[in-house]
Amino acid sequence: MHEYSIVRALIDRVAREAAEHRATAVRRVEVRVGELSGVESGLLATAYETFRERTICAGAELVIRPVAARWSCPRCSAEPAAGAMLRCPTCAVPLRLAAGDDLVLERIEMEVA
Amino acid sequence: MCESCGCGDNDLVPVEVQERILAANDRAAAHNREHFAAHGVLAINLMGSPGSGKTAVLEATARTLARGGRPPRIAALSGDLATDLDGERLRAAGIPARTITTGSACHLDAEMVHHALHHLEAPDYDLLFVENVGNLVCPAVYDLGQAFNVVALSVTEGEDKPVKYPVMFRKADLVLLTKVDLLPHLQFDLGRLLDGLRRVMPEALLLPMSARSGEGVEEWMGWLEGRRTALHAAEARA
Repeated sequence: MHEYSIVRALIDRVAREAAEHRATAVRRVEVRVGELSGVESGLLATAYETFRERTICAGAELVIRPVAARWSCPRCSAEPAAGAMLRCPTCAVPLRLAAGDDLVLERIEMEVA
Repeated sequence: MCESCGCGDNDLVPVEVQERILAANDRAAAHNREHFAAHGVLAINLMGSPGSGKTAVLEATARTLARGGRPPRIAALSGDLATDLDGERLRAAGIPARTITTGSACHLDAEMVHHALHHLEAPDYDLLFVENVGNLVCPAVYDLGQAFNVVALSVTEGEDKPVKYPVMFRKADLVLLTKVDLLPHLQFDLGRLLDGLRRVMPEALLLPMSARSGEGVEEWMGWLEGRRTALHAAEARA
């Protein structure tokens, strides 16, 4: 359950940003979570509910935007179906992950007096 | 204060961040990586389930090096929730080792490794193993500053593990299939394991070995030596 330590890092980061902007409260936190990031969206939401109390995020909604894993060939840009071998059938080279390993704090909405 | 309609409410301000949530860990990992580069150390993050044979791999590595009286000189950090048992085994095998007690944490992070490096009592070493907490999920998420990830997967865990834990195996540079001396007692389908591995690990590399019988240990040493040679060649170019 590393989602707890992810949430701690997230709230620390949001708190720093809120302090820089002299925010009085945070209303919304938007994150992007890739399918291969190693973080489970449901567990992240649960961990957030537990940890946000008595922090600047106490009244902030967490919005999680999931991103599907996408592999592509570095030569011909072909994208095989999910679950296929990670080698391009045409070029015989290893595929590269084009999307889906993100774990990113995208945007914060805060109240500024 | 809201100045558009004079309602007296606070202004709602959107702030774009677009930064990795683990950016602080990434910075600590980059610091560790610089430290390793400055000292010519090849750092390997060794991951795998509890009981997959990570410590035994390191014991076999130390035994082989001692027999040949050859470099590299090794050291180890070992992550454990509660005990120093692996650390004791590693030191008994002649590896200067320090345990990182993680308490309830299911993984090592770069800051823990940084702190432990400062307290690692070891003569000069050029190969550092970080034996991660036994877990096929969480350790894959945290960069420690290592050059390579090695995953130990024992034959008793089953052929389906790569497709069940794609995040871990995607990050692996090498998979050590451990305890292969047990294969005669099991129904283990190596073809099925390889098939699964090729669907989650783009440059699938599997090395069967047994710390007990010694099978595959020379190949493992060869892989390490290859990585060390590449590291030194890169240093010479820099």
